[in-house]
Amino acid sequence: MFYSPVRTNATEAAQSDRLHLFRYVEDPKQVDYDTYVEHGGYEIWQRVLKDWKPEQVTEEVKKSGLRGRGGAGFPAGVKWGFLAKGTGKPIYLCCNADESEPGTCKDRVLMERDPHSVLEGMAIAAYAIGCHTMFIYIRGEFAHCADMMEKAMNEAYAKGHLGKNIHGSGFDLEMIVHTGGGAYICGEETALLNSLEGRRGNARIKPPFPAVEGLYGCPTIVNNVETLAAVTFIIRNGADWYTSMGTEKSTGSKIFSLSGHVKQPGNYEVELGFSLKKLIYDPEYGGGILGDKELKGVIPGGSSTPFLTPDLVDVNLDYESLATVGSMLGSGAVIVFHEGTCIVWALLKLIHFYRHESCGKCTPCREGTGWLEQIIKRIEMGQGQPGDIEKIEEICTNILGRTVCPLGDAAVMPIQSAVKHWRDEWQYHIDNKKCLVKTDFPFN
Amino acid sequence: MILTEESIARIKEKAVRYPDPKSAILPAITVAYRQVGHLNNDLYKEISKIIGIPYVEIAEAATFYTMFPKEPVGKYLIQVCHNISCSLMAADGLIAYLEEKLGIKKGETTEDGLFTVVGVECLGSCSTAPMMQINQDFYENLTREKVDQILQDLRSKA
Repeated sequence: MFYSPVRTNATEAAQSDRLHLFRYVEDPKQVDYDTYVEHGGYEIWQRVLKDWKPEQVTEEVKKSGLRGRGGAGFPAGVKWGFLAKGTGKPIYLCCNADESEPGTCKDRVLMERDPHSVLEGMAIAAYAIGCHTMFIYIRGEFAHCADMMEKAMNEAYAKGHLGKNIHGSGFDLEMIVHTGGGAYICGEETALLNSLEGRRGNARIKPPFPAVEGLYGCPTIVNNVETLAAVTFIIRNGADWYTSMGTEKSTGSKIFSLSGHVKQPGNYEVELGFSLKKLIYDPEYGGGILGDKELKGVIPGGSSTPFLTPDLVDVNLDYESLATVGSMLGSGAVIVFHEGTCIVWALLKLIHFYRHESCGKCTPCREGTGWLEQIIKRIEMGQGQPGDIEKIEEICTNILGRTVCPLGDAAVMPIQSAVKHWRDEWQYHIDNKKCLVKTDFPFN
Repeated sequence: MILTEESIARIKEKAVRYPDPKSAILPAITVAYRQVGHLNNDLYKEISKIIGIPYVEIAEAATFYTMFPKEPVGKYLIQVCHNISCSLMAADGLIAYLEEKLGIKKGETTEDGLFTVVGVECLGSCSTAPMMQINQDFYENLTREKVDQILQDLRSKA
């Protein structure tokens, strides 16, 4: 079985009585059913089926304060509470494993190294919302994750944790592992549902929200992989244990994917409220800037979140603190840029991505991302024109908030913040027809 | 028929799992793509017959998803992530090195039909950059030395 060589802080998690998602991710046997059970797996699933009412599970998750780890940060238990009741239609759960926000590579590690913890969380969530068929939608390129989740699923069926009348409880639960086709937009929940229905991955207009009209027109809950894995531990250890971690409004722990110009990129599980500076510089985590260069900027929550300049990096990694410095926690993907990065070059990489991934449904996003790419490209090529910065700003304003799904906003936010923070550098590029900072990252 | 008995059986096996057969479109084209290496109209027609969904709906879905090439590619499709985290770790240099080693430009296939190199968007290997995906396999934390070894291994396997 393929296994990503990514660095993790599993040793720290194993010694901690608080960190939980990464406790066993460096144990190659953890993917096997027997080892997972030795480590306490499926015990709570059996207890839930025997002793818990579905509403109690939802209540506990609400109490835990768990917020969606895919990027939106919406409280998971509250989302479950929006489910349309008494419709007579089946209810579906979809685990969102489309992980494609640039910078994010965390859900993959959970599926590769602790697939049963994801599956158990899905089962508990399914029980809470009264779902009897649950899906995991995995991005198509993660074929090895799909294989791993299928292996876990087959083991769970064989041991009677899935199927009909599970452990004599009368509760039935089937599971389907589904793979996508490599579209970023399918991480947006309504586009994911269209894709799962065998359609093009265009986002749907909300309302109706998926909790009312989702998969096949039925009430559906979509939660991220890390969110559902956390559910396993919240129900196992209780909401009070979970809220003892993190801050008042950002409870629990979170996996941060650290990438870019750091000495030790990796996936690190830390309590929310952890210092961003520590994550980047501490020898236990990022270990400092590559080549001991000066820091230029950081994207703290995946490529769709606004940049932070070095003076703003002394901030805590929680939903509220990042909002106070004008950015977002997003998916927890921290991308670090050192002084040798041309900001126009970096933004060209990003806008190319958003233009490529725009589904084309909404005009502002479809056309706007294309125009932005053209203008940023010409600036980067030394053909920028006076007024280009203002034109970029105007196009951004005309995309923001005017599209069905957040992809338009996501394309705009890093650009707006990069223009705001490094306006002089953009202007230099236009006036002098060249980079202020020559980007040169040799491949050795 | 282009699809083998084995592929057809796999598609059928997947299709029966879904509450709605239309959901089997993506799994079916994934099976077809893995067997053939790319997708085309003939395959959509075959899939249509197997899962009982109109041809146009298969084509409509398939053409949305860029992961599936719609033209023939080399035996080994090398997809290099050129998104931001990989670019910061020299993805451009990696692409240039592959171009040099294989004597082709990005988007082209080697004369022997073995390798195609393309640039793709984020593949979720940001903390192990730079990286490339060759067919279904991920190769991460790449260096010149590793790339040499990977290409040599694939050549000797081919």
